[in-house]
Amino acid sequence: MPPEPALEVRDLRKSFGRIEAVAGVSFRVAAGEIVGFLGPNGAGKTTTLRILAGIFPPTSGEVRVAGHDVMREPLACRRAVGYFPEYAPFYPDLSVRAYLDFVARLKRIPRRARADVIGRALAACALETVAHRRVGTLSKGYRQRVGLAQALLGDPPILILDEPTIGLDPGQVVEMRELLGGLRGARTVFFSSHVIAEVAALCERVIVVAHGRLVAEGSPAELRERLHRRRRAVLRVDGPPAEVAAALGAVPGVLAVEPTAGGFVLEGEDHAELARAAGDVVRRHGWTVLELRPEAVGLEEIFLGLVGDGERGS
Amino acid sequence: MIVLAVARKELALYFGSLLFYALAAVFLVLAGYRFYTNLGFFVLMGGTDLARGLWQYQLLDVEGLLLVLVPLLTMRLFAEERKLGTLELLWTYPVRDAEIVVGKFVACLAVVVVLVAATAVHPAMVARLYVVRPGPLLAGYAGLVLLGAAFVGCGLFVSALTESQLVAAAATYGILFFFWMVTWNEAAVSETALRLLVPFSLFDRFYPFARGAIDTRDVAYLGLFTVTCLAFTLFALDTRRWRGLR
Repeated sequence: MPPEPALEVRDLRKSFGRIEAVAGVSFRVAAGEIVGFLGPNGAGKTTTLRILAGIFPPTSGEVRVAGHDVMREPLACRRAVGYFPEYAPFYPDLSVRAYLDFVARLKRIPRRARADVIGRALAACALETVAHRRVGTLSKGYRQRVGLAQALLGDPPILILDEPTIGLDPGQVVEMRELLGGLRGARTVFFSSHVIAEVAALCERVIVVAHGRLVAEGSPAELRERLHRRRRAVLRVDGPPAEVAAALGAVPGVLAVEPTAGGFVLEGEDHAELARAAGDVVRRHGWTVLELRPEAVGLEEIFLGLVGDGERGS
Repeated sequence: MIVLAVARKELALYFGSLLFYALAAVFLVLAGYRFYTNLGFFVLMGGTDLARGLWQYQLLDVEGLLLVLVPLLTMRLFAEERKLGTLELLWTYPVRDAEIVVGKFVACLAVVVVLVAATAVHPAMVARLYVVRPGPLLAGYAGLVLLGAAFVGCGLFVSALTESQLVAAAATYGILFFFWMVTWNEAAVSETALRLLVPFSLFDRFYPFARGAIDTRDVAYLGLFTVTCLAFTLFALDTRRWRGLR
């Protein structure tokens, strides 16, 4: 029998009045995995994460956290989870340490271990220097770290993070990413994001939702493979743009020509064929190739493609 | 103990807030002023029975001040957490709703008890000059604490219904004033209605305490009122949670 998955969701549905935020989503996250949860705004990501964290119950479907059913054993589920909500709420008038002390008590961390546990969370999130300050006086980046520190407190085996880098400046985003990367292997991490580079950098596996439904699941490479059959190349030539475009469009191996700033993006069956076609055209007209390189398909495009499929499917 | 952890945090927030000190100052200054005038009146009338002549009026005045004070203390209990979004974070910890509700109730009641206890300086001053029988006073203070608990319970429940502290305070005033006024125009209300309503008036329940008498029926009613409020609070939290509201 395979080991118990850390998170298991079967046909999850959640309605708010007449709005169905999550319309039948199923997935599993194995223990120790780092999984990204992608989707446009309003796709049902936050709702799904809130259900996993125990904030509210599902309308229907089965949700198991660390092997416990969220409906029947809510406290056992919550004990296994550290949750980081979007926009990290906080009590502005408590100091960082007082706040973490409060959370440690709620997490039933025994008195003797408490100081040590809080110390480790402060260190993990680089908060020692501001431990005595009121959370309300801290910058956004520090507040997010306080939010992460409360999730890490007590070393829960599963971390559920909702948009951990939203609203941070680029430097803070890098720090937060390093922090998350540092958790690799030790914890199961399930986090939502719409910053795709972040997901690609951190995750072994991605789950994509749109309109409350799951639209794709797999490693970033698998998703790339699945979506993009066509290859693309970037070409820069010193000829007159209109003529170059017309000439390239007339070559059978080139399926599409798209002018971009200072050059063209060509689409074809494979890169070698595109290069050959471009070379022929340039030689015939006596122009010079300034640049010719294959273009990697970004996760952004994959994401848009997948979400677009979801839209058409619904 | 989760209840104590929640209570501790609430107390830290109360004692760290300017609002608490402003309310405490207003409460104590007004209570002191009422004591000064009540004492003057008692002396002017050449009163001899402290319990009937002074403590009764003083306790009823403090009761009135509690009515003004408590909704401003309870308004933030849940409304603030909703507004900040911290309530949903509490729900991700291995904590029962009942523990949160009781913790908040205990903290707010403790604040009320501290303020009410501070008014005991007035009898203490009288006791330096005069023989004061403690019995009636203790009964009166027990009544104030029980009534305070009922007010706090009511305010806690209302606070769980909204994320606006102002709305919470206003609605709590509405409910408490209703329970106060319900028997005011006794003559105008039909006799049957009066007999039905009087037992529910929180304030009529307090008169015997103010006169130095503890009636178990009054204690039971105030206790039941408080427990019912706490149960309603739990129910309100649960309902909103099922509907997915913050």
